[in-house]
Amino acid sequence: MSRIQISQGRIIDPANKIDHIGSVYIANGKIVSVLNEPDGFKPDRIIDARNQIICPGFIDLSTRLREPGQSRKATFASETVAAASAGVTTLCLQPDTVPVIDTPAVAELVKDIAEKAGYAQIYPIAALSQKLEGTELSNMLALKQSGCIAVGNANQPVRNLLILRRAMEYAASHDLLLMFRPNDYWLGNNGCAHEGAFATRYGLPSIPEAAETIALAQCLELAELTGCRVHFGQLSGKRSVIRIHQAKKYGLDVSADVAMHQLHLTENDIAPFDSAYHVLPPLRTEEDKEYLRQGLAGGTINSICSDHQPHDIDAKLGAFPETEPGMSTLETLLPLMLSLVAQRAITLTQGIAALSEKPAQILRLRSGALTPGFSADICVFDPELAWQVNQDNWKSQGVNTPFWGQTLKGRVTHTLQGGRIIHELAQGAGHEQ
Amino acid sequence: MADNLQLNSEGKLKHFLTIEGLDKSLLTEILDTAESFAGMSEQQVKKVPLLRGKTIVNLFFENSTRTRTTFELAATRLSADVLSMNIATSATSKGESLLDTIRNLESMFVDMFVVRHAISGAAHFIAQHTAPHISVINAGDGQHAHPTQAMLDMFTIRQIKQDFSHLRVAIIGDILHSRVARSQILALNTLGAAEVRVIAPKTLLPAHVETLGVTVSHNLNEGLKDIDVIIMLRLQKERMTSALLPSESEYFKCFGLTEDKLKIAKPDAIVMHPGPINRGVEIDSKVADGPQSVILKQVSNGIAVRMAVMSMAMQRQGGLS
Repeated sequence: MSRIQISQGRIIDPANKIDHIGSVYIANGKIVSVLNEPDGFKPDRIIDARNQIICPGFIDLSTRLREPGQSRKATFASETVAAASAGVTTLCLQPDTVPVIDTPAVAELVKDIAEKAGYAQIYPIAALSQKLEGTELSNMLALKQSGCIAVGNANQPVRNLLILRRAMEYAASHDLLLMFRPNDYWLGNNGCAHEGAFATRYGLPSIPEAAETIALAQCLELAELTGCRVHFGQLSGKRSVIRIHQAKKYGLDVSADVAMHQLHLTENDIAPFDSAYHVLPPLRTEEDKEYLRQGLAGGTINSICSDHQPHDIDAKLGAFPETEPGMSTLETLLPLMLSLVAQRAITLTQGIAALSEKPAQILRLRSGALTPGFSADICVFDPELAWQVNQDNWKSQGVNTPFWGQTLKGRVTHTLQGGRIIHELAQGAGHEQ
Repeated sequence: MADNLQLNSEGKLKHFLTIEGLDKSLLTEILDTAESFAGMSEQQVKKVPLLRGKTIVNLFFENSTRTRTTFELAATRLSADVLSMNIATSATSKGESLLDTIRNLESMFVDMFVVRHAISGAAHFIAQHTAPHISVINAGDGQHAHPTQAMLDMFTIRQIKQDFSHLRVAIIGDILHSRVARSQILALNTLGAAEVRVIAPKTLLPAHVETLGVTVSHNLNEGLKDIDVIIMLRLQKERMTSALLPSESEYFKCFGLTEDKLKIAKPDAIVMHPGPINRGVEIDSKVADGPQSVILKQVSNGIAVRMAVMSMAMQRQGGLS
């Protein structure tokens, strides 16, 4: 099936400043035309997108699919189906797999597993240091040549600032992007909750906001010193937004993202000792959430990631501090974005851009837009379709979401990756012809 | 954030995990019930048949001689069968999960677990996952709660001071790591104390401690003014190695309770300590053994309060006539 017409939907393509009702024309895996029907275009398949939105497929800058090494938690097979059903067409994989993505062999292995799962666009992030131990540099160039899109140290600390400086200098020499989650390991003090009223009340080891801000400020200084391009991932605090804003104004080549759940949940939402809310960085305060939302709306924060971390049941079964942090988040990405729009925190165009155009810019990919000639990575969704987060609708192997049982609005009906339909909602609003 | 896990559908105590979410009348009911058991210890026959035929398992994932002993005595005086397990050195160290341990014991037809665990939230977790007929009593979880200790302290305060509404209470020492302090603060505020004051260096206070409903002082000389009840907390040795304090001697100089410091408080102030005491670290022996000290009274009241909580929880489970 090489020619597809996605017909009569509302096309929102932020990169090309399009917001019109019309059709998208696809041939041989690429976008041929948007709105204007090419001469003599005879589609093999028409997808009726009336009352739906057609937009670029989503690009997720931080995901864990748990392979290799932790297939007990999730597999590429299970998680790529979840990603496809969520409209996500490109995934960046954090390097903290088992073994760590610190050699070309592991990077190749990741690509092989992805290929077997039938999901093309998985980009490994290479470990910045060998075994993520933060002491010796990884073979960054070889890793780049085996398809790694950036380097990063996942949630692991870099031993000291001299090593981080050298890693950044070396990455800059090979024009590699550093994807950095700022967190001072020592200030974090093995905490499991935000240092605030909630942790104080429940006697939980806590992480101050400063653990993030201090690491961020240090890395910003090194970005200037080394000329390394840095993307700050999964920011959680008010002061991080302020720092990034200042750095951009000052002229540093940096970007930032926030995990979707940080834009919705705070420490006030945590049911006492409910491990579904155990996540790193921890859920912070209403004020932090407001700053993150405003940072996103104002462009200080470029994009939204899922920070998807599926877990097996046992990982979340225990007393809160002893459970493993992380949420399974791919499938709630779209409804939570739409909820930000409904709450007037951002516009729909901004929300779509934060999930497609912006991450594509950060990764320098020819993607994230419905530009003719680009790979046909497309998401079609029904913004009004409500669905319950339950066993029937959930695809990820990890059911560790705090939204379990809730009814959310907005559902992906079709996902195309390189012109191939990788997800089609079985029933509901997508009326097929 | 109400915690309904520990109440049954009629609002009666089913588990006793934390003071949070329990109202004044329920706390008063615990104190009144304890009152009825308090005289028993001095009688020839120290037993009532309230929990005859019931099996109580003390699950101590963390060592504690005194708390375990008073729970054992309380259960024995209620005529229950008691089994005490020190799991710190048994199953979980062999890799058995907390839940597996609980499941195994459940299948031995246990009626109540008394749980002590080093991790905050452990007792909640067990209460959430245990069979519905089993009651869980929290004997201390991590830095979260130690509700029976708090209630025996309230019982002791009420014995001596009768009414809470005029009382200014100072809690002194390592509030940050103290489950006892957290439960005491909740209980005192629920029972209507005029003021709860915490006195400690910043390193031993949790962030935003005032959100717990306390006033804060970093100076013992100022903090002890107008105080009716002084609660000293135990200082663990590891606080020095983790750079929270420079030395025991400097701590004693600043925050140790001596006879001179005691004079700053009201003349009829009482001195309490949940034990075990570090003499010469947080409290001078002359104060600990002095006329204003009620530390040993606290220990004996511990049995009555634990009897009260155990019998109330078992009643609500429908196990008693």
